[in-house]
Amino acid sequence: MSETNTQTADAPQQEPKGSGWGKRLVFIAPTLVFLVLIGFFVKQLGENPAELPSVLIDRPVPEFALEPLPGRGKPLTSESLKGDVSLVNIFGSWCVACQVEHPFLMQIKESGFVPIHGIDWREKDPRDGMRWLQKYGDPYDHVGLDPDSKVAVDFGVTGAPETFVVDKQGVIRYKHIGPVNAEVWEKTLKPLIEKLRTS
Amino acid sequence: MIAELGHYALVLAFMVSLVQSSVPLIGAQRGDAVMMDLARPASIAMFLLVGTSFGALTYSYVVSDFSVINVAQNSHTDKPMLYKISGVWGNHEGSLLLWITILVTYSVAVAFFGRNLPPALRARTLAVQGMITGGFLLFILLTSNPFLRLDPAPIDGNGLNPLLQDPGLAFHPPMLYLGYVGFSMAFSFAVAALIEGKVDAAWARWVRPWTLLAWTFLTLGIALGSWWAYYELGWGGWWYWDPVENASFMPWLAGTALLHSAVVVEKRDALKSWTILLAILTFGLSLLGTFLVRSGIITSVHAFASDPTRGMFILLLMGVSLGGALLLYALRAPDLKGGGLFAPISREGSLLLNNLLMATATATVLLGTLYPVFADALNLGKVTVGPPFFNAVFVPLMIPLVIAMGFGPMLSWKRGDLAGALSRLKAAAGAALLAFGLAWVLAGGALDDVLAAFGFGLAVWLLVATLVELAERVKLFKAPLAESGRRFARLPRAAFGMTLAHLGMAFIVAGVTAASAYKQESVQVMVAGQTITVAGYEFTFQGAERVEGPNYSAVKGHFGVTKDGEPIAQLDPEKREYTSPPMPTTEAAIHTNGWADLYAVVGDPNEDGPGFVTRIYFEPLVPFLWYGSGLMALGGFVSLTDRRHRVGAPTRRKVAAATAGAKPASA
Repeated sequence: MSETNTQTADAPQQEPKGSGWGKRLVFIAPTLVFLVLIGFFVKQLGENPAELPSVLIDRPVPEFALEPLPGRGKPLTSESLKGDVSLVNIFGSWCVACQVEHPFLMQIKESGFVPIHGIDWREKDPRDGMRWLQKYGDPYDHVGLDPDSKVAVDFGVTGAPETFVVDKQGVIRYKHIGPVNAEVWEKTLKPLIEKLRTS
Repeated sequence: MIAELGHYALVLAFMVSLVQSSVPLIGAQRGDAVMMDLARPASIAMFLLVGTSFGALTYSYVVSDFSVINVAQNSHTDKPMLYKISGVWGNHEGSLLLWITILVTYSVAVAFFGRNLPPALRARTLAVQGMITGGFLLFILLTSNPFLRLDPAPIDGNGLNPLLQDPGLAFHPPMLYLGYVGFSMAFSFAVAALIEGKVDAAWARWVRPWTLLAWTFLTLGIALGSWWAYYELGWGGWWYWDPVENASFMPWLAGTALLHSAVVVEKRDALKSWTILLAILTFGLSLLGTFLVRSGIITSVHAFASDPTRGMFILLLMGVSLGGALLLYALRAPDLKGGGLFAPISREGSLLLNNLLMATATATVLLGTLYPVFADALNLGKVTVGPPFFNAVFVPLMIPLVIAMGFGPMLSWKRGDLAGALSRLKAAAGAALLAFGLAWVLAGGALDDVLAAFGFGLAVWLLVATLVELAERVKLFKAPLAESGRRFARLPRAAFGMTLAHLGMAFIVAGVTAASAYKQESVQVMVAGQTITVAGYEFTFQGAERVEGPNYSAVKGHFGVTKDGEPIAQLDPEKREYTSPPMPTTEAAIHTNGWADLYAVVGDPNEDGPGFVTRIYFEPLVPFLWYGSGLMALGGFVSLTDRRHRVGAPTRRKVAAATAGAKPASA
């Protein structure tokens, strides 16, 4: 076992103090690794992932028609987005963060403030999304199944959850990346929806 | 008024922490006994002040004082008392206050139980504790004050997340924090030793009980969390490799390595700088866990409402404390004089192997948890790392570990006799082979079943090898039974603790193997009267009705379970819809026979016709996971009662003399 040899070298009895830079480096290594780690964290904290622009903002939603979830009905098509301001939420039963935002979507639904449509993205089994909604509750109006990212790509989806604000004419106005919570709702989404309703 | 008192006490505690973290340190440098002794009253004062603050917040929750924002956001008058109290730490601000409360509790414990520590080491250790406490107090005061008022006060509060309204989870955070925060002791001892420039057997002897205490609580905390996920999330799983689970698992892995390497320092005066590094890293990983959960850098089911400013602050705290400690390590550790040499095949060798494997396992989990952060920062896209990665990398690391756990305790210090140890473990090897063959044949002998059978073989190997080691110690069958009994009674508690913990690991290996290989599940729509068969049990759905709870309404399903016509159990799972805040939860119904669990979940009514969606699981050996964790924690507590920890620690010189003549097999 070579590990043991490094250990015996590490614990010499008569070795002179601080023998060479090679040995010193071993002890400095943890600090260096830690600094790199901190660097990554600083970069990630500084960058608010929720503010990435969508390539499709201020452009009409492309024409599409998705399959409904098995046993649910009300499939999502580009037609269902016209007429009222609505939210389109990208979710999946595999997505842990979606579970985090889910109770809040349920609250929005309870309030009846704005219809939420769902795109059930990248399910392995089409029944998984339905089971997930049965387990956690169903906040959606129309839901479409998008296992192969056909429509998700058109929307410019980078991950789940993501929530798009679509105006009355079916034009994407805003994209929020990550879970929707009370703060995002009060500060950004709700005022925007109110503004789009009056314009 | 009470809330302001709590706030004021926190400000005062911060002032005291400034004193505690500086004066004793200077005193230790100058050899000034009065300055050093200031650490004791200071830590008592901090304990009383932070305790007052925690009491004030708890009081606000108990009386439902909704003029305090924190209470209004997280509590509700309808909530049962248990959850009003657990609501105190069911949110970011309150859990941080709990964190600090536990931190000062550990400090005051050192002040009281550390009377036999050399005054300089005690002063420095408490000073470092004071610095950590001060940093966290500043964090809570500046970014997360739990005592802010709300005007006008709302009529009622928002309520606690219903998923968290559960007895298992009420006690999960305190246990977890007792573990996390307990590792701060090892950290403070390590930094104090680096400042002193001296690490010896006596140091290791003082650090070990604190590490052991923290490790034991963390074991319990993780087990409670896993148990909660198992029955509350309703998917029949007990471990998800979720970032927050990993955040608690990493300090556990590192802490386990630390426990073992500290033994080597104590007994053989070797592995010193490595042990110091482990002590720093173990607490570092606890801090990292706190950072990950609260910064929003990684999203998870468990994540607290995240906030980048808080994230920045914890990052700063982590940078200063860990960065400082690691820098000190880089400067001082090369000069730590190592002691005993040893051969690769020896007790030290096997403990070193344990350390390498545990450290690699920790690094693996760390990499998997942080990979999404790295990938995102390097513009490789947003990715998630799931269980397949962890299982593929983690399991192969655990196999040599479990094998080594079998013979490690049989080897003597310095130079072990592998052939001798192996020959004494013939019984274990035989039993393992038998278990492997039996499990394989019973499973059908297909190629797919080899891995699972191997897992059972490993579990039996560890079980029998650990028992053989115990039998040898007490000379079972080699001496008269009465003599063996006397030897058992005189067995050092630490040795018996190790036996229990290793047996626990055997149970966990068996449980993990069976639960991952032979779990059966069935999802379907059922109408009353229908029966399905899962794993030889007939589950008859007897219908479901609506029931009202104190703060929820629920669909309650009923299943009669029979086997070959004989009634086995009645399972009544619920799907609850909580009112404040509105949120559905699943209450699985579980029947256990001690070996396997029958697990039933009822879902929503079927939309296209009559009936309900139901999920039935057969979970073999999942109870073994809880037995195993229980045995590990019991082992920890038993080991803590060892005489050596209670009897005044010997002076440094005496210990050094004792270690020079260390006898084999006395760990």
